[in-house]
Amino acid sequence: MKFSPAKLVLPLFSALALAFLLIPIVYTFIFSFNDSVKSNIVWVGFTLDNWTNVCEAQGVCEAFGTSIVVGIAATVIATVLGTLLAIALARYRFRGRSAISLMLFLPMATPEVVLGAGLAAQFLSASVPKGFGTIIIAHALFCLSFVVVTVKARVSSLDPALEEAGRDLYGSPIQVFLRVTLPLLLPGIMAAALLSFALSFDDFIITRFNNGPVETFPVYVFTAAARGLPAEANVIASAVFIFALVLVIVGQTSSAARRRRLAKLA
Amino acid sequence: MAFAAFGSSAAPVEQAPRRRSGIALILLAPGLAYLALFFLTPLISLVITSVQAPVEFGDVGQFQNAFKIENYFAVVQDYWPQFLRSFGYALIATFFALIISYPLAYFIGVTARPWPLTQAILLTLVIAPFFISFLLRTFAWKQLMAEDTPLVQGLKALSILGPDANLVGTPFAVIFGLTYNFIPFMTLPIYVTLERLDTRYLEAGNDLYASPLSTFLRVTLPLSLPGIVSGTLLTFIPAAGDYINASSSFLGSASTSMIGNVIEANFIDLLDYPVAAALSVLLMGIILLIVGLYVRRVGTEDLL
Repeated sequence: MKFSPAKLVLPLFSALALAFLLIPIVYTFIFSFNDSVKSNIVWVGFTLDNWTNVCEAQGVCEAFGTSIVVGIAATVIATVLGTLLAIALARYRFRGRSAISLMLFLPMATPEVVLGAGLAAQFLSASVPKGFGTIIIAHALFCLSFVVVTVKARVSSLDPALEEAGRDLYGSPIQVFLRVTLPLLLPGIMAAALLSFALSFDDFIITRFNNGPVETFPVYVFTAAARGLPAEANVIASAVFIFALVLVIVGQTSSAARRRRLAKLA
Repeated sequence: MAFAAFGSSAAPVEQAPRRRSGIALILLAPGLAYLALFFLTPLISLVITSVQAPVEFGDVGQFQNAFKIENYFAVVQDYWPQFLRSFGYALIATFFALIISYPLAYFIGVTARPWPLTQAILLTLVIAPFFISFLLRTFAWKQLMAEDTPLVQGLKALSILGPDANLVGTPFAVIFGLTYNFIPFMTLPIYVTLERLDTRYLEAGNDLYASPLSTFLRVTLPLSLPGIVSGTLLTFIPAAGDYINASSSFLGSASTSMIGNVIEANFIDLLDYPVAAALSVLLMGIILLIVGLYVRRVGTEDLL
């Protein structure tokens, strides 16, 4: 292949685009080490204090804990309900199937403001006090559709012959489900659960309408942003970032290794 | 499959339709009950709230059921600039996100295909912004656009920006933030379709003496259309309803407020629920209309 400068345009453009995506992340990470007193705007000097005493800033750790609890609860609800829906939609033909698909698509096409305001209006008219419960209900709602989409893709790529084999070996329907279907679906379900947790953890707009006095991490950031964000918020965000990145890298290397193993077998 | 584009790329296996709807019903019931209770009912209560009238001599935030359809005329009259801004900003941001994302997705999905490890690393970098809080990312841009940063000084030195001008609080900053925040949503679905693109089609175009440009326009682009459709929807819908970027604690100011800001202010601060509800119903109606027309126009019928 001949070298031509035109061939460099695309890699160069892509490198710039990726750099653009990473700028705020690098900024947030650097400023997590800033020796700031109150607001973390101007660079003062390098310190590790923010990392070693994260919980010193008022409310940061509580908000972080709240987000974790809400995320886990919402993920469990959305993953269980969504997996059942996905299996039904991918495996069974019944009347009203397309209406149900539409109803699952709609929450994804609805702007978050509308979902949040709708739920809040509902809780208001039913006089339900806002708090932990209402946040979890709201988060599980918007995670549900994403779980269905993710798990459904996995169910549709499943070979029905494997379940038939289970039935031929006199497995009861429950045994076949627990020992054949579920293990095969597990990677899809795990992916859906991780996606749910990530969506819940980062949600602000819907939470804002339904949180009442409870503060999740994004709500904390929003309230603090008006009066100056402490560097400890950057520490938490950076730590979560590193954790998620490690998780993705481990997942990708292990699935690449599995693919290599399978390729060797074939 | 517009919204399913993120999902697994495994080909669906032909499945024998089974007719045991009893089991299907048991599987569906809990999820459907949840959706009915926390999605459909809230939408209905939004519609009911949107035509409520204040209680006579009541406190702030007290309303009673009425059939005050005038609420809708009033909100359109009061807030049409914010509506225009929402859809205008979202449209421009979607356009720029597409311009940035398409080449990036092409590079990762087609050019980098011989090197799977590079592909995996690049893809991880594209989704990296998801791992850091949406609010903090936007807040970081606010700091980077503050008055005395090198970026702003540089723009002033090049007299792109006037000596007293500010970046934060301008439509530019808001559109910039929206574009930035939704690039991964645009890149991923386009990447998914380009990753499956059979490069032999491109060779065929070349063999038939098509210029690279006409191969791109007549082969690559049409084949990646489903990804473009999902990407633009995944960007446009949340961007039109977003109010973080346009909020004055982040990249916006009072003169850039979008419809989401108005809904938030009316619902949470002013406790004027009917106004917030009427605006929400209008926003959702307009978005569904736009999405419906758009999907019909480009001809991708199966969204889910």
